[in-house]
Amino acid sequence: MLKIENLHAEVDGKKILNGLTLEVGAGEVHAIMGPNGAGKSTLAYTLGGRPGYEITEGSVTFDGQDLLDMEPHERAAAGLFLGFQYPVEIPGVSNVQFLREAANAQRKARGEEALTGGEFLKLAKEKAALLRMDMDMLKRPVNVGFSGGEKKRNEMVQMGILDPKFAILDETDSGLDIDALRTVGDGINSIMRDAGKGVLLITHYQRLLDYVKPDKVHILAKGRIVKTGGPELALELEREGYEEVV
Amino acid sequence: MTDLATLPTTRDEDWRYADAAALEASDANTLTDWTEIAVPAGESRAESRDVTGIERIRVRIGKGGRFELSAVNAAPDYARLECEVTLEDGAHFEFGGVTIGGGSETREFVTRCIHGEPNATSNQVVRAVHWGKAVGNFLGRIEVVRDAQKTDAAQNFRAILLEKGASANTKPELEIFADDVKCAHGAAIGALDQSAGFYMAARGIPLEIARKLQVQAFIADAFENIEDGELGEKLLERALSVLEGAQL
Repeated sequence: MLKIENLHAEVDGKKILNGLTLEVGAGEVHAIMGPNGAGKSTLAYTLGGRPGYEITEGSVTFDGQDLLDMEPHERAAAGLFLGFQYPVEIPGVSNVQFLREAANAQRKARGEEALTGGEFLKLAKEKAALLRMDMDMLKRPVNVGFSGGEKKRNEMVQMGILDPKFAILDETDSGLDIDALRTVGDGINSIMRDAGKGVLLITHYQRLLDYVKPDKVHILAKGRIVKTGGPELALELEREGYEEVV
Repeated sequence: MTDLATLPTTRDEDWRYADAAALEASDANTLTDWTEIAVPAGESRAESRDVTGIERIRVRIGKGGRFELSAVNAAPDYARLECEVTLEDGAHFEFGGVTIGGGSETREFVTRCIHGEPNATSNQVVRAVHWGKAVGNFLGRIEVVRDAQKTDAAQNFRAILLEKGASANTKPELEIFADDVKCAHGAAIGALDQSAGFYMAARGIPLEIARKLQVQAFIADAFENIEDGELGEKLLERALSVLEGAQL
């Protein structure tokens, strides 16, 4: 479903990804773990198409399409969702307006009918309830005044509403307390656990993987995958630390 | 009077950022015309403008009165709205203005807010959004006379330049002769937040719509305190309509 081959990327002239190869099939959840500075967030941003992340070599195909040839908003419309480690605050734009514009822009790009106000609100309510988020928060400006945990929960509400085919979740577990972690984990399972969908979970810690069971765990170090295993690899890392395992 | 009318030049402080060529081509008489408005004590008046050309408004707000001025300056030529307000005891002046546009035009607001008696309040919020080689200006002068204790005057200007080559000028001037007053002013000029732009793109929102949403959020501040909500919406739409046709 997502096929990354020999990906090299630079930020500000600094090489961060050094020949990363990875394939996630439909119906699979893969976790990427790795020490600070390994290139985890760079991988997420590069796949999302963030300006300033320059690809010098390699290819990425998503559902058979050349992902790197698409604009960021086209990637989203094609079904790619990027969950941000630090969700951005947008003062003055309400969550509801933001998400309705997003959902309808994606639908338009796919040649589908726009959602009416009523249809959208019904969908938003349903997904907010799934993530136990108060509807009032959806009326507030995007992420403004939200706690770290609320921002992450909001990312998952957005994912629920946009219903992507593939999600790259960059440290969605950081900043969450134990209860919120479970809610978010359940949310990911409910939204993304499907034979036609895939997930790339980027995380520092094993604990999210208790809720969202990965099919494969990869260790990223110095810009490439250095080790791949099953869920037991995450437990091993938690026990031994990166230095021992890598 | 008409005989003596002379054209202002950019050497005059109040006109320093004006479009010199446009001034030279103007009719001196229109430049010295003032629309006079008197707000009786305890009453409330509101004026709104879709600014074209040069207009000057002189207002006196009676005791406890309120005057509200809202304006969009999105003119296709040099355009300037100037407002001189004198506030009596306990009066309030509210100004919300947006200059928006591209081309190479200069669009400006000039205010002179005279707190002539105690307890008067004023609030001015101006937002500027420009591209091309356009210029947006806000010259705001606040005068607090010696007896005008408990004056509370606020002025805030922020500009976003969507392209290199556009510019914004602001000149807040405070002249305060009373000692128990609050006068706040702030000014900032910058570009659109690119991280917010990418965040929107990552959710599927194309660049033009993302930009419109950001600009809308940015300029909405100017009309937040306008009492007539529908008028505020109309002004916002008018301002955003210029952005829609922009080649960026």
